[in-house]
Amino acid sequence: MSISREEVQRVAELARLEIAADAVDRVAAQLSGILDFVATLDALDLGDCEPTAFAPAAAPLRADVPDESRRLGPERATAAAPAAEEGYFLVPPIVENVNP
Amino acid sequence: MSRAPNETWKLGAAALAARVRDGRVSVTDAVESGWVGPASMWEHDVNAVAHHDAEVRREAAAGASGQGPLAGVPVLVKDNLCTVEYPTTCASRILAGYRAPYDATVIRRLREAGAVIVGKGNMDEFAMGSSNEYSAYGPTRNPFDLSRVPGGSSGGPAAAVAYGLVPVALGSDTGGSVRQPASFCGVYGLKPTYGRLSRYGLVAFGSSLDQVGIFARHARDVAVTYAVLAGEDGYDATTRLGPAPDVSTFAAGVKGLRFGWPANLWAQGVDAAIVAALERSAIALERAGAVRVVLDFLPGTYGVAAYYLVATAEASSNLARFDGVRYGFRHEEAADVRAMYTRTRSEGFGPEVQRRILLGTYALSSGYYDAYYLKAQRARTRIRREFQSAFAQCDFMLLPAAPSLAFKVGEKTDDPLAMYLSDVFTIGANLAGIPGLTVPAGRTSENLPVGVQMLGPEDSEPNLLRAARALEVGGDVALLSTDEDPEFVWPTKR
Amino acid sequence: MAYEAVIGLECHIQLKTRTKMFCGCEVEFGRPANWNTCPVCLGLPGALPRTNITAIAYALRLGLALGCDIRHESVFARKNYFYPDMPKNYQVTQYDLPLCEHGTLPVVVEGESRTFELMRIHCEEDAGKSFHPERVGDRRISRLEFNRAGTPLLELVTEPVLRTPAECAAFLTQLRKLVRALGISDGDMEKGQLRCDANVSLRPVGQSALGVKTEIKNLNSIKGVEKGVTAEIDRQRRELESGARIVQATLLYDADHDKLAIMRTKESAHDYRYFPEPDLPVLRVTDADLDAARAALPELPWVREARFVSQYGLPPYDAAVLGDSRELADYYEACARGGDAKLASNWIMTEVLRVRNDRGWPLEKWAEQVPAPRMRAFLDKVAAKELPGPVAKQVFAWMADEAGSVDELLALHGIQVQGSAEDLRPLVLQVLDENPGPVAQYLAGKTITIGYLTGAVMKKSGGQAVPQVVQQLLAEELARRG
Ligand SMILES: [Zn+2]
Repeated sequence: MSISREEVQRVAELARLEIAADAVDRVAAQLSGILDFVATLDALDLGDCEPTAFAPAAAPLRADVPDESRRLGPERATAAAPAAEEGYFLVPPIVENVNP
Repeated sequence: MSRAPNETWKLGAAALAARVRDGRVSVTDAVESGWVGPASMWEHDVNAVAHHDAEVRREAAAGASGQGPLAGVPVLVKDNLCTVEYPTTCASRILAGYRAPYDATVIRRLREAGAVIVGKGNMDEFAMGSSNEYSAYGPTRNPFDLSRVPGGSSGGPAAAVAYGLVPVALGSDTGGSVRQPASFCGVYGLKPTYGRLSRYGLVAFGSSLDQVGIFARHARDVAVTYAVLAGEDGYDATTRLGPAPDVSTFAAGVKGLRFGWPANLWAQGVDAAIVAALERSAIALERAGAVRVVLDFLPGTYGVAAYYLVATAEASSNLARFDGVRYGFRHEEAADVRAMYTRTRSEGFGPEVQRRILLGTYALSSGYYDAYYLKAQRARTRIRREFQSAFAQCDFMLLPAAPSLAFKVGEKTDDPLAMYLSDVFTIGANLAGIPGLTVPAGRTSENLPVGVQMLGPEDSEPNLLRAARALEVGGDVALLSTDEDPEFVWPTKR
Repeated sequence: MAYEAVIGLECHIQLKTRTKMFCGCEVEFGRPANWNTCPVCLGLPGALPRTNITAIAYALRLGLALGCDIRHESVFARKNYFYPDMPKNYQVTQYDLPLCEHGTLPVVVEGESRTFELMRIHCEEDAGKSFHPERVGDRRISRLEFNRAGTPLLELVTEPVLRTPAECAAFLTQLRKLVRALGISDGDMEKGQLRCDANVSLRPVGQSALGVKTEIKNLNSIKGVEKGVTAEIDRQRRELESGARIVQATLLYDADHDKLAIMRTKESAHDYRYFPEPDLPVLRVTDADLDAARAALPELPWVREARFVSQYGLPPYDAAVLGDSRELADYYEACARGGDAKLASNWIMTEVLRVRNDRGWPLEKWAEQVPAPRMRAFLDKVAAKELPGPVAKQVFAWMADEAGSVDELLALHGIQVQGSAEDLRPLVLQVLDENPGPVAQYLAGKTITIGYLTGAVMKKSGGQAVPQVVQQLLAEELARRG
């Protein structure tokens, strides 16, 4: 299984990563190598195996009660932010201004 | 209080805590000891610690209760566990300087048990690596041979326990990141059953695989620490319900326990010293009354293949939150928020992390989900069944922790796949959610530690620790319940 | 060629739980930025979600009310895409195994009963808020805050079964009424508690295959949905009639200018990379959970409205207005039961709702000041013709601000209702004496002049007489003079 330059670029864009033009071939080759290895799974007979899910069988849901102990509030919420003002996070302008 | 040379760092955690509780040792001496002696001799070369702060440490010691099962015990925790008083950066540039506003549940439980957090252990960036070479703080080196790696990704905590900085450390194990460095550094390393230790406050890598793990120099210390940490947490919906299994029986011996012996797994490609250590360990277990059950087991490479799809897919999503908006590093030159994301992430993440994000994104992307992620999750079920049928025949399995001894720095950094395959014996436990424990099994003629691993079914920690204790005393049942820990031995002469 | 529109709606319903979907932060409005945030809803490293039991109970309530199939094991999934108001850059939602599927919503559209099929209802978390870019010093920035992030939402998706903008409006009005009756959401579109996107495509009448669809976002009022969908149907029709092809796209509706703007076309569509959320267990719903949700179901609004028509003899229009919320319907019933139901309907629909609009009082505020028994006592006096119209209106106005029974209020304000014949007879005789002309006309058979004479008596009484009584007396006295 080899992955093309274009696919590497598409995936990088989805992941918000930028791959230098001179590195794309190397990354494509590394990913292809890993995918070739991953293809060894094809030899494993999966029969009726369903996908694994782990969490406990009867995990209770959370009571709808406020948890003040974890509330951060504006100051602590923004304390680690690269840019913040009056409790807001500041970012470079958002151009696509509607959440899809 | 005597002012004689403070050598309490030589003590195990349980022994130290007993002395702190009855007032023979002050919390401050207990905590500072490792920094005065071992750290001054080793830390410069080993680089096991990513963050520490003498002031914070002393204040914490002064404020500690001096009570509890880990009274006064200094603990180094991996840099991916959130702590309020030290930075939490996952050894990544993207979290440079980040301070979490909350403590992980396991950190809180350590404090409540009387322990003092002394700093953050170096690691592979975001726990992605098997050698501790992918760290923003530079590689950690193996104290037994500074030209070699300590293993990863919890290499810092493993090395720190080995050279005597702390008697106990916490790591995290997503594919072997506690058990493999434990074997490279000659210490105990436990990955508990998935869901037994809370993941709340553990920066996620592969959520369905991650477990906090425990390093110590003695089986008893692993048991004591496990008892402190294990149990349901209301902040982690994936923790197992009900009380954790009782590990206070760790000294009860292994008489009548059956251990699986899947010799087909080391027929080739495993270092001879490890094969020899397995045989020695098996004989010791038999001497203590356990029964060897020879069985065949599925080769680990299938697990590695499934793992690198599941872990990277989950990681690609877990690491999406590092975008320069709310915390950590931000690339300042960007015309809009989208450009800011891309630049921040491209500069903030190292190459291995980026490689795994790309692989995981690809495995989940439209048109590939069934062929990769879904198939890997089904393979995981197949591997779980494999373990179930093995554990129908035995109580636990004995097998290598890694195919090799500690390898040379730089030996595998250019070959991601070779690096991934060093987890071939550990990954199965993460895929199946079962516990695994690495136990030291001597040193080679070149003074390199050798470890062996035991895997058991869910909640089999008590049996794994009984076996570990039996191996610690060389299978001599008369010594099982001695309180005296074996004497501390320096990794090399200093 | 004649075209018909095919419309599907995607509605987001904000639930009025106390805390957020996956953390214990309170769901509140009007707090300072980032007030209600914690490691979980801020997406801090290491934080993990835990599902709110009330959000699930509310989802079950809606699912049962709509006759959905409820899945005993449903799965939360991560929807991965980068967007600044989404703290984790993925949304926890449900994908291939949602909590509720199928079901129907009965709606009356322009007097005709219709039933619209639903595709699914699932639970998810809301995003935070981003603000339009602004200039700060020499650079442009956007602000972000996360008080809303993690608020529980239900997403309800219809099958593509709606055909007209009026159907869309009626559907949403009915859905809003339902969520209010169930007590799971305030359903206020202006406040974003109910949001709607519409998928629109056109096809030639008689064709069964669907045309290329577009999605309209930003429809934040029922009127907006109607107008936005109308605009898009018109746009597509013009395109098709000019021979162009429709391009799959997302459009934004600008209500202020009644205009649509294309946001993005299919080429740049997202790849959401859904996968099961590993931090959450499978969501299990037991039969006991379903029984509890069923027990919490009130009489459904359309059932109640039908009963208002049959039991109280109300016109369907009145029933629909009074059925708008459970509180209003409950209030109405408490006032109407055993009394003059139509009179109660008239007063509540016009006067009570007027107070609500004029003073901005929610119904709870009104009901606190004028509890149903007090309103009922007032209505009974009106029904017994003990309060002339103007006086009744005056008393009603006082009731909103002052305590006391009707009689006490009248006494307090020095008003004596001249209701009895003996009080009024002197006035009636006086008016007859002063108006010989109209009296003569009446006696000559032009009985309509009694209206004029009644008005004159009312005027003399200062509006405090009961018109029916006045008329009665006039008729008696005129007959005596005839
Ligand atoms: Zn929160």
